[in-house]
Amino acid sequence: MCDQTFLAISFGPCDKCVKTKPLMNIYIKTDQFNYCSLCVEMMANEGLRDNETLSSLKNESETLKCKLEEERAKLHDVELHQVADRVDALGQFVMKTRRTLKGHGNKVLCMDWCKDKRRLVSSSQDGKVIVWDAFTTNKEHAVTMPCTWVMACAYAPSGCAIACGGLDNKCSVYPLTFDKNENMAAKKKSVAMHTNYLSACSFTNSDMQILTASGDGTCALWDVESGQLLQSFHGHAADVLCLDLAPSETGNTFVSGGCDKKAMVWDLRSGQCIQSFETHDSDINSVRYYPSGDAFASASDDATCRLYDLRADREVAIYSKESIIFGASSVDFSLSGRLLFTGYNDYTINVWDVLKGTRVSILFGHENRVSTLRVSPDGTAFCSGSWDHTLRV
Amino acid sequence: MSSKVSSSNNISQARRTVQQLRIEASIERIKVSKASADLMHYCGEHAKYDPLLMGIPASENPFKDKKPCTIL
Repeated sequence: MCDQTFLAISFGPCDKCVKTKPLMNIYIKTDQFNYCSLCVEMMANEGLRDNETLSSLKNESETLKCKLEEERAKLHDVELHQVADRVDALGQFVMKTRRTLKGHGNKVLCMDWCKDKRRLVSSSQDGKVIVWDAFTTNKEHAVTMPCTWVMACAYAPSGCAIACGGLDNKCSVYPLTFDKNENMAAKKKSVAMHTNYLSACSFTNSDMQILTASGDGTCALWDVESGQLLQSFHGHAADVLCLDLAPSETGNTFVSGGCDKKAMVWDLRSGQCIQSFETHDSDINSVRYYPSGDAFASASDDATCRLYDLRADREVAIYSKESIIFGASSVDFSLSGRLLFTGYNDYTINVWDVLKGTRVSILFGHENRVSTLRVSPDGTAFCSGSWDHTLRV
Repeated sequence: MSSKVSSSNNISQARRTVQQLRIEASIERIKVSKASADLMHYCGEHAKYDPLLMGIPASENPFKDKKPCTIL
């Protein structure tokens, strides 16, 4: 079937009927074609069998959706927190801010840890991307991006490069160098090209591939060296705001969340959406896989976080309280998966017991909304970035 | 995504939705009780390795505040 990715209106001869018309640039199974809109329409109708009309298809989709709900409900025999009653409750937690990283001139929008557990990269609205050493609070590198609102940044697994992007619609990779004479901006490589802002990016297991999510509703997998599009993922009906890759042992999937309130799980190799979950009431701001890879959590503007189990194919827990009315912007699990840290727009961070569904602790300290939150790779600390221009570890 | 051409592609979109739903309806699912039990098991197994859960002794905490050294 026709798959419409980037809609660029150009004028010229159609690949199919050879007439000169306004063309639509479409992708069919990763091959690119330029067809005029009449041919696209005809092709869309060609494949239909006799009794398939728009209304019959709509009916079928409704019945399938109901059937899906029924199937899911059948297996819903018990709630997670009921099963978790057997587990000991957690004691009181005292977590203090150990480091405050100051230096950004404007709101911190995104951050990521390096695999060496001490470095982290953060990006902010003023276009600056800074690499910090969390132990000493020194700034190791700073790059100024040509655009503002750098909404995504990621550290390469090797620790030798960072990727960032935002309103410039592309993802740029900067190799990190300690040579004082080298200008980091000169070595920049533009990897991804989207038709709308870049909302999230992440390296896959190697330095060579990057997965990006964009406001144009698509996610894409790129090869860093050549800048080529390896796979694109369509299905979201609105901006995709976040993505997370499955932990390496469990395979080639990733989950993305968007403004259409859906969280979708994709297969990296085929580009196919494997599962989708639509129980949130508002935009999903952040998704994160459970450490075992069998579940993921999502944080949304509807002030709740939900845990979805992939094998049971349904939502298994909701983390919310009447008193929380501000949207949750970011979420991450502790190393064992027992604790869920969530940052909210009411300037606080809540710590939830994943299994029991109860709140364990609230952390105060930021003076503006918490925009991003990540647990360090060894689980000893977590870092939160906020609109108050600082990061706290 | 562009909504301009959605009217002409309604049929293709509907077909795609139906195909996607068919795929989703056919995946294998397990019971929530089993899935929850597995999640709990994972938590229990890895809890001892979780520094944020267990707390780290101050001597090992790389982030603890360093006091200035005094010369005796």
